[in-house]
Amino acid sequence: MVTNVLNYGRSGVADWVVQRFSALILAAYTVVMVIWLAVNGSELTFAQWQGFMGQTWVRIFTLLTVLALAGHAWIGLWTVATDYLKKSGVRVAFLGGVLISLFSYVVWGISIIWGF
Amino acid sequence: MLVSVYRYNPETDSEPYMQDVEVSLPEGKDPMVLDVLNLIKEKDQSLSYRRSCREGVCGSDGVNMNGKNGLACITPVSEVVSRGKLVVRPLPGLPVVRDLVVDMGVFYKQYQRIKPYLQNSSPAGGRERLQSPEDRAKLDGLYECILCACCSTSCPSFWWNPEKFVGPSGLLQAYRFLADTRDEATEERLADLDDPFSVFRCRGIMNCVSVCPKGLNPTKAIGHIRDMLLSRAT
Repeated sequence: MVTNVLNYGRSGVADWVVQRFSALILAAYTVVMVIWLAVNGSELTFAQWQGFMGQTWVRIFTLLTVLALAGHAWIGLWTVATDYLKKSGVRVAFLGGVLISLFSYVVWGISIIWGF
Repeated sequence: MLVSVYRYNPETDSEPYMQDVEVSLPEGKDPMVLDVLNLIKEKDQSLSYRRSCREGVCGSDGVNMNGKNGLACITPVSEVVSRGKLVVRPLPGLPVVRDLVVDMGVFYKQYQRIKPYLQNSSPAGGRERLQSPEDRAKLDGLYECILCACCSTSCPSFWWNPEKFVGPSGLLQAYRFLADTRDEATEERLADLDDPFSVFRCRGIMNCVSVCPKGLNPTKAIGHIRDMLLSRAT
């Protein structure tokens, strides 16, 4: 068993499942957004857009997608970093930056989705 | 024919270099790459490479020929030569000992790690542990591996993490024992593989399948291990 303190779930299966499950959420959200924009997009007004994004189910779905994106990006970039960044100082600094960015996106995302 | 061979003698060379040698092949024949190496060695005894059975069974002469790994003894020159030139390099990703000879230490370490032997503590029913023909058939395509390291050294995941990722060859062998109905250590074997590196560094690019000189499919075996890990965890 190879262990590493920074990986997401300490288990390869857990990471693998989270990666696939979050990918499904991201794909579903993309489909919903593309369809909605295709139907309403040609003459979209701010009121329409706000009305759509303000519905509770869209807010919940968007928050779920933001969280899925953060988990997906963390596992993916952790994998890339452990492949290509061989100096542990460089890797920890990079992953620290990733972690702070993702956390900021999540907090910012919540304030955008639920703050209006 | 022009042959470009990777040369490196750590005792005399400060760094590796490619040596161009003109080799005249016998008329009307398509020799194997190993025959070409032998022709070069006749003229220059200092060229080092491993070879033994010269018929694709021992797995000693895995080398990189015009960019693709394979066994020199069963690869016809015509199959790999490009624009009249044959380029022979050592297997990529492993430390070079000299010329085409690589240090296989880390490769064998990963093989040792998966415990490549039958583990069964219950007494055998008769003189031997019998299997049904169906159960025995599950080992086909797994037990034939000759440990030539062509697959693992063509795998980028193994290049980047040779100490942590078991590699296609080791994982094919791991599944050979996971699939064996006589083996009782399935749980211990899976527990040892359930981390983000050992199995899950495989990204399924199938370089291993493309180069295996025995026509085996490590990617498929890795998929089976992943399924077993998944059903164990859920």
